[in-house]
Amino acid sequence: MLAVHIQKRLPDFILDVSFSVQKEIVVLFGPSGSGKTTILNSIAGLVHPDAGIIQLNEKVFYRDGQKPLPVQKRNIGYLFQDYALFPHMTVEQNVRYGLKKGHELNLAPLLSTVGIDHLLQKYPHQLSGGQKQRVALVRALATEPDILLLDEPLSALDADTRKQCQDELLRLHSMWNIPFLLVTHDREEAEKLADVIFLIDNGTIKERKNEKSHSATSISR
Amino acid sequence: MIETNLTPLMLSLKVAALSTSFVFVLGMVFARWMTQKDFWGKNVLESFFLLPLVLPPTVVGFGLLLLFGKNGFLGQLLHEWFNITVVFTLTGAVIASIVVSFPLMYQSAVAAFTGVDRRLENAARTMGASEWRLFWTVTFPLAWPGLLAGFVLSFARGLGEFGATLMLAGYIPGKTDTIPVAIYFAVEAGQMDKALFWVIIIVSLGMGTTLWLNWWSRRNVRRYANQK
Repeated sequence: MLAVHIQKRLPDFILDVSFSVQKEIVVLFGPSGSGKTTILNSIAGLVHPDAGIIQLNEKVFYRDGQKPLPVQKRNIGYLFQDYALFPHMTVEQNVRYGLKKGHELNLAPLLSTVGIDHLLQKYPHQLSGGQKQRVALVRALATEPDILLLDEPLSALDADTRKQCQDELLRLHSMWNIPFLLVTHDREEAEKLADVIFLIDNGTIKERKNEKSHSATSISR
Repeated sequence: MIETNLTPLMLSLKVAALSTSFVFVLGMVFARWMTQKDFWGKNVLESFFLLPLVLPPTVVGFGLLLLFGKNGFLGQLLHEWFNITVVFTLTGAVIASIVVSFPLMYQSAVAAFTGVDRRLENAARTMGASEWRLFWTVTFPLAWPGLLAGFVLSFARGLGEFGATLMLAGYIPGKTDTIPVAIYFAVEAGQMDKALFWVIIIVSLGMGTTLWLNWWSRRNVRRYANQK
């Protein structure tokens, strides 16, 4: 279980959120600049909160007064908004970059599930947007993470590819059985993918919505 | 007019090669450090790094003489610990060359590292890569065009270094007479043919270097443009 309870002063407001995630797909939904990506970055360890606690299962990522756990030791998968594929490496080198020595994950089923097994020798600039997204997804999962963070993963795709990728994400989530924490400002996408939606505005959670049961409850802070 | 004693060419190449090797590593280390850290006095330190670019070489040479001279702090230290003398030796020429070409490598490396997308480095970190591994597998290859430009510029600068070299290493034929120093003393002795010969050599080397660099960076710009 992921437990997040953090405060961080940002230029326009104070980010102050508190939530926990089991193994479902949680969508952080809200307008641009509302603090969603900062939440993902805090969990990943790319930025640090001013106060609070972040804990995944038994592992404490951040706690007041303690040295934050380095990014490298958090075992998270992160799908960046524009994929951040290494431009000088082939698809295969990209995907294998984070493989753990000793127990290398068998990549073949993962590659064929998302249909990129024929692209291994290509470079990122030779791929379409949808292909890049899939490669980045496989690369993030190849490290066998305990949680997958996705920052606007489908925003650069056309409508058809976006729909395919949404289906793939749902399929991979059911195969992988880890929490997916996804940031988006697209309502339709949030509703399609989410088990739980957190509506975020100006750094606070305004509403929590259980998509599967479609019952809405207001969060009071 | 053809000069048969090619010692100045060999010495110049030796000095430039040695100093560029040091400067390449030093420039990269400091540039990486400065682009990653923020601290009080960073601007002052950066200005200090770039000082040799704006100061007359004689002033740099004077400073080096104070530092590495017989009674200088570093000069004494090197002499007592390693029995190394800097003044009037090839080591002096190399040190002078290092100091004047360092800012060129440093500036190129800062620009090259700043140009590498931080998200790519962060992606590598989230995949468990250590800082050392991500530097060599992500940052260095992507910064390489800028680093190479710095390398070539530093080499060319080292090859043409005159003022600071003369102050620190002097003119000792066969020992410290690099091409620029040899030109100066040939002119002073009225040996215009000899001076012209070395001028032609150093202009060719400089022109060749910049031509190659221009061609290479244009080719790289095209390659990177295609990738985007």
